[in-house]
Amino acid sequence: MKYEILPWLILFLPLLSAAVITLFTLRCKTTSSLISIGAIVAGFVMTVVFINANGFHPAVSETMTNWLNFGGPLQIDFGLKLDALSLMMLLIVTGVGGAIHIYSYGYMDEDPSKARFFAFLSLFTFSMLGIVLANNFVMMFIFWELVGVSSYLLIGFWYEKPSAGDAAKKAFITNRLGDFGFLAGILMVWGLLGSLNFGVLKGAMETNPAALGCCATIAGLLVFCGAVGKSAQFPLHVWLPDAMEGPTPVSALIHAATMVAAGVYMLCRTLFLYTPDALHVIAYIGGFTALLAALIAVQQNDIKRIIAYSTLSQLGYMVMAVGLAGPTPAMFHLTTHAFFKALLFLSAGSVILGMHHEQDIWQMGNLRKKMPITFVTFLIGALALSGLWPLSGFFSKDSILGQAYGQHNYLLFIIGVFIAGLTTFYTFRLFFVVFFGQEKSKAASHAHESSLVITLPLIVLAVFSAIGGLIGIEGIYHYNFPIEGEQSAGFIAALFEPFKASPVAALLGLLAFAIGLVAAWALYAKAATDPLPAKLGGMATAMKNKFYFDELYEATFIRAHDGIAAVVNWIDQWILEGCGIGLVRGGTNLSGRMLRHLQTGNLQTYAFLFVLGVSLVLYFVLRK
Amino acid sequence: MHVGLQHYLAVSMILFCLGLLGVILRRNLLVIYMSLELMLNAANLALVSFSRFNDKLDGQVLVFFIITVAAAEVAVGLALIVALFRKRQSAHVEDLTSMKL
Repeated sequence: MKYEILPWLILFLPLLSAAVITLFTLRCKTTSSLISIGAIVAGFVMTVVFINANGFHPAVSETMTNWLNFGGPLQIDFGLKLDALSLMMLLIVTGVGGAIHIYSYGYMDEDPSKARFFAFLSLFTFSMLGIVLANNFVMMFIFWELVGVSSYLLIGFWYEKPSAGDAAKKAFITNRLGDFGFLAGILMVWGLLGSLNFGVLKGAMETNPAALGCCATIAGLLVFCGAVGKSAQFPLHVWLPDAMEGPTPVSALIHAATMVAAGVYMLCRTLFLYTPDALHVIAYIGGFTALLAALIAVQQNDIKRIIAYSTLSQLGYMVMAVGLAGPTPAMFHLTTHAFFKALLFLSAGSVILGMHHEQDIWQMGNLRKKMPITFVTFLIGALALSGLWPLSGFFSKDSILGQAYGQHNYLLFIIGVFIAGLTTFYTFRLFFVVFFGQEKSKAASHAHESSLVITLPLIVLAVFSAIGGLIGIEGIYHYNFPIEGEQSAGFIAALFEPFKASPVAALLGLLAFAIGLVAAWALYAKAATDPLPAKLGGMATAMKNKFYFDELYEATFIRAHDGIAAVVNWIDQWILEGCGIGLVRGGTNLSGRMLRHLQTGNLQTYAFLFVLGVSLVLYFVLRK
Repeated sequence: MHVGLQHYLAVSMILFCLGLLGVILRRNLLVIYMSLELMLNAANLALVSFSRFNDKLDGQVLVFFIITVAAAEVAVGLALIVALFRKRQSAHVEDLTSMKL
């Protein structure tokens, strides 16, 4: 492997940048942001150089040093895995991340804590790269938690807003639930297979598929718990929409393009662990999440929340694809999703900036004249998300639908097609309300296009969202997950590949897109208020209130938790502190009070006691 | 009558006990101080008699040390008592109970 040092530099430069900003340049906004941007752009360049030298499939795919050696079987390496999967993710994280860093330079310009923001952003980049490059479970778990911390810091970035603080806590605590399962799964795998290294584990599972024995499904599902938390799958999906309290670049980088995709990445990395039963559960959880989130998205009014629920829904697609034994479609969709969802979020951020931090779509309208560049980029992002041929989303979504169809899982296939229609509907509902119709508020008529530092990343991401399906990304993942049969080569062949491979999936997907688009046009092109609640009644209210999941959790889990906490508090207060500590403390206090009476303050009493003591000592020493 | 070591020691013990009683029972600081000196001299007497009856000079050497130290102690102690009297207008131990909690 050539340039073995480069991956280490890519990993540690952002950490260095975070440290330098925190320790030295916190006062200087511009220097700090340039350091942070420099670190990630350098990472991107080095990734490109490394891939150029070694290709996507290096002969030796690991570089490591022994980190912790506990003697006996437990050895933890600090190693980097460099195969097609991680190299592609490196490109996404540093590439999309770099675009978002540059965008943040403009977006956060007026914020007094810009330096702190970039320090957090660099810390996040470091942690995310750590997950991507980790070659063993422990290292991945450590960076997994680091990502959780940086996500917490960034969601709560505007900590003076109570809602931001609450959202940060909610995200952190909900993730802990998933991570608990993840950790248990890691321990189980280690206990049964005696190794933590992905390569060794994979080898062990290939030579003896029954190595995990009867616990195989449980171990797999426990590891999947980690992905449920981080990728916000049902039932832990509640934190992601609230995470939109963070600044918009954060929503784009962490809660759309990279961090939430870490769960899907982890599933693909550890795909060898899962039994068919476990995969089944994974597929249905993914499908259900996708459906649920798409339905909720239809009735949201906050521009960022709609995109957040769309993210949930797309993550559900990816998890479903993994569950259908299709890691390549999952990773392919992850990649294209990173492009077009980051693009959508950043465009939304541009709209929010233009609207002076107004996020309600019913306050906007007719922005296509005022913000032409944002309008075009948003349109490309929306079309890619909805899956219009030949934009990137079409190819990746089609490969997932094709996977479901190919596996003869028609239920998930129909759900997938239905969600594709819903996706188009809610995306274009947002699009028409924001960019068409008449101005619905004063701010909308005074909106203005954002500066070049904001629109430039938009244009770059728009290009990739458009062509992302055609530049052979899917083929790269085949290094990791080989398939039978030949792959079509060439641009034109790639363009029509889906129609040849699974015509049913491709055509039904496009049909769903058309229906969604027409419905959205009919309902929302000229609407001043939402016409849907009147038509759907109670269903619309339920969608608007996110199917009452927050309320349900509030009434059950949180209430139960509060009850247990109250009991534990009582035990602590009365039994531990009252009886245990209280008795010791009270006894000491009482004996002290009694002994203080000996302290008369009279010299002669002391002298007398002194003599008495000396006589006693003499008596004991001298008696025969 | 032959005067032996026991007699000297008896005198020394009586002196020591008198001094001790003075320290414990008398109220005036100066008197307590004098009683203290009495105890020291009782010890001196015992040491000198041991030295005389054992034909060794070690005891007498020790006595010199005690006398020297006692002189120094008197200087310091009297100074303290005078200072205390100036501050409190009293040299009685009942008035000196500030060590009580």
